[in-house]
Amino acid sequence: MKSKFTCIECPLGCAITAEKKGDEIIVTGNKCNRGKDYAIRELTDPKRILTTTVFVENGIHPLLPVKSDREIPKNLIKKCIGELSKVRAKAPVKYGDVICKNVMGTGANIVSSCSMVRKNE
Amino acid sequence: MKTDVAVIGGGPAGLAAALKASEQAKVMLLERENELGGILPQCIHNGFGNFIFKKMLTGPEYAHHFMGKVEKSDIDVKTETAVLEINEDKTIVATNPSDGILEIKAKAIVLAMGCRERSRAQILIPGTRPAGVYTAGTAQRLINIEGVMPGKRIVILGSGDVGLIMARRFILEGAEVEGVYEIMQKPGGLTRNVVQCLEDYGIPLLLSHTVTNIKGKKRVEAVTVAKVDKSMKPIKGTERVIPCDCLILAVGLIPENELSKQAGVVMDEKTGGPVVDEHMETSVPGIFACGNVVHVHDLVDDVTMVSEIAGEYAAKYATGEIERGKEIKVVVGDNVRYVVPQFLRSIDMDNVTFYFRVKEEDKNVKVIISESMAIFEKKERIVKPPEMVKASVPSELLKGIQNELRIDVRGKYEK
Ligand SMILES: Cc1cc2nc3c(=O)[nH]c(=O)nc-3n(C[C@H](O)[C@H](O)[C@H](O)COP(=O)(O)OP(=O)(O)OC[C@H]3O[C@@H](n4cnc5c(N)ncnc54)[C@H](O)[C@@H]3O)c2cc1C
Ligand code: SF4
Repeated sequence: MKSKFTCIECPLGCAITAEKKGDEIIVTGNKCNRGKDYAIRELTDPKRILTTTVFVENGIHPLLPVKSDREIPKNLIKKCIGELSKVRAKAPVKYGDVICKNVMGTGANIVSSCSMVRKNE
Repeated sequence: MKTDVAVIGGGPAGLAAALKASEQAKVMLLERENELGGILPQCIHNGFGNFIFKKMLTGPEYAHHFMGKVEKSDIDVKTETAVLEINEDKTIVATNPSDGILEIKAKAIVLAMGCRERSRAQILIPGTRPAGVYTAGTAQRLINIEGVMPGKRIVILGSGDVGLIMARRFILEGAEVEGVYEIMQKPGGLTRNVVQCLEDYGIPLLLSHTVTNIKGKKRVEAVTVAKVDKSMKPIKGTERVIPCDCLILAVGLIPENELSKQAGVVMDEKTGGPVVDEHMETSVPGIFACGNVVHVHDLVDDVTMVSEIAGEYAAKYATGEIERGKEIKVVVGDNVRYVVPQFLRSIDMDNVTFYFRVKEEDKNVKVIISESMAIFEKKERIVKPPEMVKASVPSELLKGIQNELRIDVRGKYEK
């Protein structure tokens, strides 16, 4: 099966096609090797940083922005976000505090991307 | 009240300018919201700071870095303080809940008010006026800060970065995004956002399309979309009615310049912001401007870098240290829509960075900066209207210039 990608490693945005043939992956349309690496990664093991919000009790805002401290498989992003919608953090929260450990067994921790003081403090 | 430098707006532009100015002068930072950071706290996605921090941060993280520094500095920060008026003599009238009306006399001012979104009224979509029509930035604030979902079935008009990022956000929050409709033939946002926000989630992008009607009494019930021709007129017979409960408008940003105009600064029609020199000083001596108030930036790193220049020279002006030479105009040539700075006055920095946008996409071109002859050339593999182009020119090449400078993007270079 042929998969199509737009390379985002540089502004050129080459339209790349990658195809698995046995053990080999044939990449075409890339103008340089960065594009080839990108396409192989995207075809075999696409990963992303997860960013979302979780509820926070007693904070100055109802939500706390969070992110994963490393990339997680792309197909788990939505599931993890669903899981995180059940999490309740408690203010005060400091920048970088771990809000959820090893989210869904991905090995990534979810950390706070800002500090949040308590309401009325 | 008195200060050396007053910075208006506490987004990334204001934060960087205030921090830099505070190294040399007394600084007051005025922000109308109750917290600093400008647009950043609501941009919870990754993608800020690639140049400055050499890694991708979220908006709140990028803001955190600068806010920590501001806390440690002796900058006089006034939040919940909206500036109402600036006079040419650099008196500022502002208001906040604890002081009522404030009058601040500043020796120098930095304008860093950012920009605002174009709304339905500015693009004239016919139809009823139900609830459920939001600008993308408002929807972003509702979802990421207030915790409120603006709708369940979403149609997005416009493919600017804010719209693309919100398309993904809606999906991740469990809504359905029917599609992103763009009136132009090319997407309005950065390629990386088209890929990571739409292609990643299988959201359709329909180019040369627009919304021609909004239906619904209390709440949006449906919108009509249609294809447009080359002159952007809807083509009869291509209309399609899409049931939805929410229309998101991501149809561009306009620099916020009511105050600037009041202060009498000369504006650039193409950028929608004030004309500035290489120190980011406007046509009114001692009034500086930086960030999205000058022109809409795609990357916050660029905002931080120019704002530091604005802050540094505002402090220099306030402490009486600026010298100006002859004024040299920078004019746009082939395939350049606008350029900032629009003029040079001192050429006393190591190099001058020109920021500009092209009119049309082109490949393997040269950026040429010339007086009567080319004095600087640079190759670009690709230029696209949504992606700002930069050219950093060493000052020694610019010294001795007598006439206008011109900037062109043209030609083909041999690969
Ligand atoms: C949705 C979205 C996504 C983005 N994604 C990215 C990205 O991934 N990577 C990246 O590098 N960049 C990104 N950007 C761009 C970047 O965030 C902006 O270029 C940058 O925030 C502009 O900074 P600014 O300080 O000029 O304006 P703003 O952040 O808008 O700040 C202006 C401030 O001025 C205040 N103000 C205005 N008028 C007054 C007044 N009269 N009195 C007092 N205060 C006033 C406002 O309240 C506001 O706080 C994104 C922008 C948006 C909108
Ligand atoms: S393949 Fe190479 S040239 Fe093409 S977009 Fe990717 S990095 Fe750029």
